[in-house]
Amino acid sequence: MSERVLMKGNEAIAEAAIQAGCRYFFGYPITPQNEIPAYMSKRMPKVDGVYLQAESEVSAINMVYGAAGAGARVMTSSSGPGISLKQEGISYIAGSELPCLIVNIVRGGPGLGGIQPAQSDYFQSVKGGGHGDYRLVVLAPSTVQEAVDLTMEAFDIGDMYRIPVMVLGDGMLGQMMEPVEFKPFQGRALPAKDWATTGTRGKRKRNIVNSLYIEPQALEEKNLARLEKYRQIEQREVKYEMQDCDDADIVLVAYGTTARIVKSAMKAARREGLKVGIVRPITLWPFPAAVLHNLAETAKAFLTVEMSMGQMVEDVKLAVNGVKPVYFYGRTGGMVPAPADILEEIKKIYGGEK
Amino acid sequence: MNNQRINIFTGHFGSGKTEIAVNYAIHLKKHYHKVAIVDLDIVNPYFRTKDARQLLERKGIKVVASAFAGTNIDLPSLPPEIFSMFHNKDYQIVFDVGGDDRGAIALSRYRQYFSDESYHMFFVINCKRPMTKDAASTLEILREVEQRSRLKVSSLINNTNLSHCTNVDDLLIGQSQIEEVSKEMAVPISFITGGSEVLGQLPEYLKPKAFPIELYLRFPWEEST
Repeated sequence: MSERVLMKGNEAIAEAAIQAGCRYFFGYPITPQNEIPAYMSKRMPKVDGVYLQAESEVSAINMVYGAAGAGARVMTSSSGPGISLKQEGISYIAGSELPCLIVNIVRGGPGLGGIQPAQSDYFQSVKGGGHGDYRLVVLAPSTVQEAVDLTMEAFDIGDMYRIPVMVLGDGMLGQMMEPVEFKPFQGRALPAKDWATTGTRGKRKRNIVNSLYIEPQALEEKNLARLEKYRQIEQREVKYEMQDCDDADIVLVAYGTTARIVKSAMKAARREGLKVGIVRPITLWPFPAAVLHNLAETAKAFLTVEMSMGQMVEDVKLAVNGVKPVYFYGRTGGMVPAPADILEEIKKIYGGEK
Repeated sequence: MNNQRINIFTGHFGSGKTEIAVNYAIHLKKHYHKVAIVDLDIVNPYFRTKDARQLLERKGIKVVASAFAGTNIDLPSLPPEIFSMFHNKDYQIVFDVGGDDRGAIALSRYRQYFSDESYHMFFVINCKRPMTKDAASTLEILREVEQRSRLKVSSLINNTNLSHCTNVDDLLIGQSQIEEVSKEMAVPISFITGGSEVLGQLPEYLKPKAFPIELYLRFPWEEST
């Protein structure tokens, strides 16, 4: 076992990226993710990598686009408002089928909102914050250790399917400290990046990185081919954690740090004899719809808890498909739900008040 | 405890300064009538002294913190009330300073007051933080903090920990590393901090340095329901 160290979520994500072979970071500062660029600025020069603070988020994401096109392991990070600015670039990267990592350490919104933690960028991440028919693989860690492991895997998922991958954490995950272990990075077997624009040296046909298609038919074919790829990802890459759902009357659904708060509430509920379990989606896209769909047969109700006004709850409702009621409890604007409040909601559902 | 009226806690960011400063203020309150803690952290947006405000005020400790700490306003502002703390000599003061040289710059602003009156400046070290994992890297950060604050570190604190997973070996490995720093800087190691259970396992010769701390800044999932 390698040695454990104590790290902030943001620092740990940056170190994990470096250990996974990322050598290019382009970004622009914003709270509460500043420790990612700060860490990168110190570490990248030591591993012969590039750290560059661009003049804006728009510029940073287009640098990512360029580096990804040349086949580099590359990333950027930001928080809500900055991720909004990056959406055009993200759509172009998705349209050009390039892999990269985008980290969003979410703060309260909309607009400038605030700097305290939130989960209100779910729609933006999962439903395509930019234009056009495209998907991002969205990974939602709930501990600093999981943030490390998922950040490393994110690059491989990206390279495997030629798709941009997002790690979505809330401000709390970025700012909190926990012990972490960096296991030696064991990557997946990956296809060669024979599509990268690395210079032909006169020996091969040139590669083109592009998202513009002159003929509508060609664009539709491209989109359908991408849809096929998305279906493969939905079949192979779903991740979730499930606890105590076998006999659960109420299935709680939460992701990220909120899931940890929900688990405290769940333990308290179990102590009082209330049968509750939890499903924690780890991939927000592809969403673990099948497991929720199946649980709708045994559970009496679902309660989704988020630091938002109700976003993931829509995907839970789609998965449950009207078979059982789906309730929602959320706090917003940087306010964090308390275990006692969630327990109260569970009791309301049990008591038929909801 | 060899106490000065002014106690300053500095260190690498994430070294545990805030927790120790809060515990130190609570400790001082047992011996002095008037104790104040000043939040000088302009680096961290979350997990700050102000989060322990209620607890500190219940114990009769004055909390001087930016009105913006813990809000959505991301301003490196400092409250004007800090000046009164230098003039009102009735108070024992604990300064919680932001991490690294960037945080220490806030101290520099009050240098004229520190030259009028002697002070104790602690440098908190957690050897389980990757940026202070050996004596050389720790010295680098310590010197940057001294340079930016224009003040001198007068003693070191061994706060080597892995949060809830700390064992006594972590502290001892940290201790030998910090002894190197101590020798190089010619400043003593004043305290070894940690949970009382871990500190209880220290060898006898180190026990006089043990300063048990309680964790007052909690995660929402640690709240009892």
